[in-house]
Amino acid sequence: MHADPAGVLTGVHFLDGDHACCEGSLAAGARFAAGYPITPSTEVVERFAVRIPTVGGIFIQMEDELAASIAIQGAVWAGAKAFTVTSGPGFSLMMEHIGYAAMTETPCVFVNVQRGGPSTGLPTLPAQADMMQARWGSHGDYGIIALCPNSPQEAFDLTITAFNLAEEFRVPVMLMLDECVGHMTEKVVIPAADKIEVTPRRLTSLPPEEFKLFEPREDLVPDMVKAGDGYRFHVTGLTHDERGYPNMSVETQDRLVRRLVDKVKPLANGRALCETGDLEDADVVVVSYGITSRVAQRALQLARARGVKAGKFRLISAWPFPARHIAELAGRVKAFVVPELNLGQMVYEVERAAAGKARVIPVSHAGGGVHDPETILKAIEEAAR
Amino acid sequence: MNETTLEIPYEIPPEASNPVEPFLRMDRMPHIWCAGCGIGTTVNCFTRALIGSKANLDKVAIVSGIGCTGRVAGYARLDSFHTTHGRAIPFATGLKLANPELQVVVYSGDGDLFAIGGNHFIHAARRNMDLKVVCVNNLTYAMTGGQTAPTTPGKVISATSPYGVFEPSFNLVQLAEAAGASYVARWTTYHVKQLSRSMEEMFKKKGFCFIEVISPCPTLYQRRNKMGDGLDAMKFYKEVSKVRNGAPTGECALTKSGEIVVGKFVDRDRPDYLELLRSQMTETLGDRYAEPEVSCCSEC
Repeated sequence: MHADPAGVLTGVHFLDGDHACCEGSLAAGARFAAGYPITPSTEVVERFAVRIPTVGGIFIQMEDELAASIAIQGAVWAGAKAFTVTSGPGFSLMMEHIGYAAMTETPCVFVNVQRGGPSTGLPTLPAQADMMQARWGSHGDYGIIALCPNSPQEAFDLTITAFNLAEEFRVPVMLMLDECVGHMTEKVVIPAADKIEVTPRRLTSLPPEEFKLFEPREDLVPDMVKAGDGYRFHVTGLTHDERGYPNMSVETQDRLVRRLVDKVKPLANGRALCETGDLEDADVVVVSYGITSRVAQRALQLARARGVKAGKFRLISAWPFPARHIAELAGRVKAFVVPELNLGQMVYEVERAAAGKARVIPVSHAGGGVHDPETILKAIEEAAR
Repeated sequence: MNETTLEIPYEIPPEASNPVEPFLRMDRMPHIWCAGCGIGTTVNCFTRALIGSKANLDKVAIVSGIGCTGRVAGYARLDSFHTTHGRAIPFATGLKLANPELQVVVYSGDGDLFAIGGNHFIHAARRNMDLKVVCVNNLTYAMTGGQTAPTTPGKVISATSPYGVFEPSFNLVQLAEAAGASYVARWTTYHVKQLSRSMEEMFKKKGFCFIEVISPCPTLYQRRNKMGDGLDAMKFYKEVSKVRNGAPTGECALTKSGEIVVGKFVDRDRPDYLELLRSQMTETLGDRYAEPEVSCCSEC
């Protein structure tokens, strides 16, 4: 279905990534946001607070990130598309409710504009060190999706994708910006509403007496309902059966948790998003994402200018990780170079997918700035030897 | 202990049922609560209040946190949410704001609402969010084995205060009033009629409403403190409770064996969150203000 024109600011804009993300949420149909101020992400909800009263919806500034990350889920069960926005320390607090959203299959979006950590770290400076936290941060096993825009335009586009994927798979979707992408200002083209595809919530067509809240369809995703429609349903963070009732048996746990993990696998197997370039003859592939992919772009240009056959692999969905694609490449390239603003996170996934068939070289950076393209270039040249 | 058999001096017709059954998920019975626990009594009062209020039950949602009282949501045949520890109120806030047509009840325990969830409680009261909060206060963390709660009175023995509680405790009704609640009452599980009436009154009241129900935990709190069983608790409540409607909440603090002041303490009119939002937006934006339409698809 097409976007509701009320939320779509069609036109050519000059926006930073945070503001573009806000416009993406409105275009995607988000009419509820809850947040708590934290640098460098607050601009997303500041803009939402300006825009939403004339679009028709709710913004509420909650007392902390715990509250924000569960208020959105209350709103979702009332029928809203909803999201929250934060950065490192707030993301840590939200882990509890990322788990709740995963367990209760509540479609919602968590935006994390990454800054340097651990703890309070570097509030105003970039990092990409929450990538593993996005995947594994809440306790227990569950599946999630995480997307990494590398420009304000993509912050707009991928915010819409995030909401759409949340509805399709009924998982929390993380939008992993970094401080640079959040604060860089570029051209953002917002198309007409009828050019924007949004995924509506898949509400059940069954009557209440036949409906079971967590009975999956063939794609392992159950249909949804909302409060107030007479279904008298029960949602719990406890292990539950298809009716949504708590059930502490090993069998129920196994059936439920395997499904929570398995239901996002179709996305990993083929639909994982990436951007590639110059891979045909590549000896070395640079795997990067977010702001680092833009620094790596310069290193790739310099490498090609020096005659090194270097190719680009940009992760757009970090989770699910495009492992199959990396595995295929591993059979025909010498090495992967993985620059990231952390001391090694996604590089381990590359290593795992490459399975020893190609060298994997991390180019780490503790955050607070971006790489010097020369550093990445040096790694590419060494890898090519 | 003497074995007693309860003899019912009349025939029970086979089709007979408890009038509260339509409000409960009977397919989930028996419940998990111990013999003598007061939570079931409060649920009974709650269902009586729902009957009395003639509410459209499809439009009533119940949200619980974690703990013994946290299980109430799972037994109520309403749209019901068993959320995370302490977070029932912010979840309920999102639910209410996204569909103001819903009557949203928060039903949880003292540890959940006032320790881990204390911050959410005071902020929802400050905002005068239109939520109906029932706190079953058994003065302990019961689900986890009877540890000290912020409500546990001084001198009480608990699993984590084996030599007696020395921390001062919260006076919940005073806290609720100070934070801004529109309606504040306290009863015990001995006061079933008054509690039902109070709940019914709360359903009609707009804004943040709070009812504290003092309730026994025979298994942990009473056993450790040699306070007897559920029936002894009823006798104790009967003996020490004093109805003082309108009493200053500052005078209503609880002690281990002292007076329990019960009654309705606060009933005041303040504009609720959504009224304040609407009036502020209309004042600043005029015709440009669009009433929230939060549901995500037109057919919703």
